[in-house]
This record gives sequence, structure tokens and C-alpha cells, in this order.
Amino acid sequence: MRMLNMADVLNVIQPHRGNSIVVPGRAGRHWVKISTKPTRDVPLGDPAMGGHASFAFGLALAQPKEKVVIFDSEGDILMNLGALPTIAELAPKNFYHILLDNEVYGTTGGQPVPNSKVNEYDVMAKACGYPHTYRFDDLEEFSNQVGEILHTDGPVFIWIKVRPEIENLPINQRVRWNTRPRDQVLRDVKKEMGVRA
Amino acid sequence: MPETQEANLSPETVLGELLKNGVTHVVWLPDSETNWLYLLMKAEPRLTLVPVSREGQAFSTAAGLSVGGKKPVILIQNTGLMESGDSLRGWGLGMNIPVVMMVGYRGWTRHGVTTDTAATYTERFIYAFGINYYLVENNSDASRISVAFEEAEKTKRPVAVLVGDEYHGFTAR
Repeated sequence: MRMLNMADVLNVIQPHRGNSIVVPGRAGRHWVKISTKPTRDVPLGDPAMGGHASFAFGLALAQPKEKVVIFDSEGDILMNLGALPTIAELAPKNFYHILLDNEVYGTTGGQPVPNSKVNEYDVMAKACGYPHTYRFDDLEEFSNQVGEILHTDGPVFIWIKVRPEIENLPINQRVRWNTRPRDQVLRDVKKEMGVRA
Repeated sequence: MPETQEANLSPETVLGELLKNGVTHVVWLPDSETNWLYLLMKAEPRLTLVPVSREGQAFSTAAGLSVGGKKPVILIQNTGLMESGDSLRGWGLGMNIPVVMMVGYRGWTRHGVTTDTAATYTERFIYAFGINYYLVENNSDASRISVAFEEAEKTKRPVAVLVGDEYHGFTAR
């Protein structure tokens, strides 16, 4: 599969997100610059690796009237593959799982994830019971279909290969991309959903 | 006459505590003591069961449910709690999630010395995270479950309930 530019993929999604709650995961560094509805975004940084999809799934279960979109990474998914059967069993119709797979651990210097060239994540999701799975390696094709896909009942899984963006700076020298502290992010999204803070 | 421990924490009592405290979702992974409770929870329309494949998944799932306005409880065994360390740190404590985790205390005993290292490390593990906990061994302790829920809400932190299971715990009927 060809690898796309992550920011290009997110720019394609942005006009189609509608009023969705977006959990941008590791794509947050781009999404915070692209999103036009920041208070409906949940950029958390990285509370603990492997948990972004389960967090978004919990949100989707709690708020069935809200569409929830998660930008996941292959490193996170591999760390918690068992989340896929749970999501498929509960099958929230409002859950849209978009995997941006760069084949490497980008924040640790770009080491490949296990079996990086072979894993077919859409097949894994399908095998676990996701009713709708897709893969894209052409931006135009994705652009033509993403609107319709985001109007399909979930759970939906989309697998897209993206080019690695490797970070090699020591952690304490990296620029923080979050524009709001985590507490503020949670307060904002709760307010958007009508949840008592 | 040897002193015996009353081991009669009925699944009905535990279920009653969950409902009394407004639990909406049970995020859980079965352990050997919870089957009767599972059957009761499954039949309870006020609860949604969310099965997970490893316990670390429970904390991020519960965090999402909690941020979304629901009231999850995490139901796991002490072995799984130890497996969950980073998720507990990041998704539970780091996100200020007011969640009660009911933890099957495998290996717990009041008599002699336990040979089960799952029990040996349980309280040390919980101490390391600075989490408060309540031991529940029988029905007369059950009100501690409500105390744990109140404390979690008040402190916006995870609170543990250790379910002592010297004889048969949840399987008692």
C-alpha cells in the first residue's frame, strides 16, 4: 500500500466530521491545527499507550447520540488488540475507528512495529466482527468516499497507511502540541455533550 | 474451638450495592469467583456489561464512559490489576476518573501465610499508586462498597474494593 501524508488525510476528513466528537490520539499534533471545532475534540496527549480506542469506545457507549471518531495508531492497536472484539461485540453505531498506520513507533525514533509490512488491520477488525471495514492508499479515492462512510452506521474501521513522522529529540526538548491542558479538554467536551463536569 | 471466618459475600448483595450506587456499566474480565455475579448482572437490565480481554483495557474504557457521563465499575482480579499498572496510572489517576474497581483478592487469607504471590503483592501494588481501598469479605462488610463509591466521587480518583475470598466469596449461594 502507498503511504499518504497524515495531514492531508486529516484535511480530507475535517469537512466531513460534522458535529462528531473527535479523539485525535497521536494525530493530535496535526488535528489541533486543522479542526474547526476544538471544543468537540478530545486531544489527550498520551495518557497510556494502547488505550485511545477503548477510551473513544467508552465515550461512544456513553453518548449514543454523538458520533465519535478516533484516530488510532498501529502501535496503539497492537498493544491492545483485544479491544477490537469488545468494540465489535457492543457494536456502537456511532463509533468510527480510523487507523493511521505509519508502520513505526514514531515518537521513539522510528523503530518498526512487529510485522509492520505484513499486518492487515482492516482484516483483523473484520475478523473480530466490525461490520464495515475499509482500506485506502489513494487520497482522492478516500476523499470521494469518506463522507458516505461517516454516514454509515458503525462500528466502522478504516485503515490508511501514512508516512512516518519521526521524532528523535529527547522528550524534554519536544514542543508540546496541545493547545489546552487536559483538564480543560475534558471540561470543554463534557460541556459540549451536556455532561456535568 | 478454632475461629472461623464468615465467608458469605453473596452476589445479590454485591449487585445491590452496584445498583444502589447508580452503576450503569460493568467493565470486567471474569475471575474464578465471579460467575454467579455475572449471571445476575447479565439478567439486570439497568447494567451494561462490557467485557474486556485484558485488564488494562478496562481503565481506558471506564475513562471514556465516565467522561461521557456514565458510571462504570471495574470488576477484575488482583492479578489483572497488577497487569494494568500503566493504564491505571494514565487513564485512571491521570484523568481523574472517579471509578470503583472491585478486585478479586486471589490468595487472601486471615489464617497462616499465603503462598499465592498474587496476594503477596496486591496491597503493596495499591499502596504504590496511592490508591485507597476497602476490604470486603462478607455481607456485613458490603456497606464499604458504597463508601468506596462515595469516596471516588468526592476525590475524583479510582478507589479499590478488595474482595476477600477465603472460601468461596461470590460463588456462595
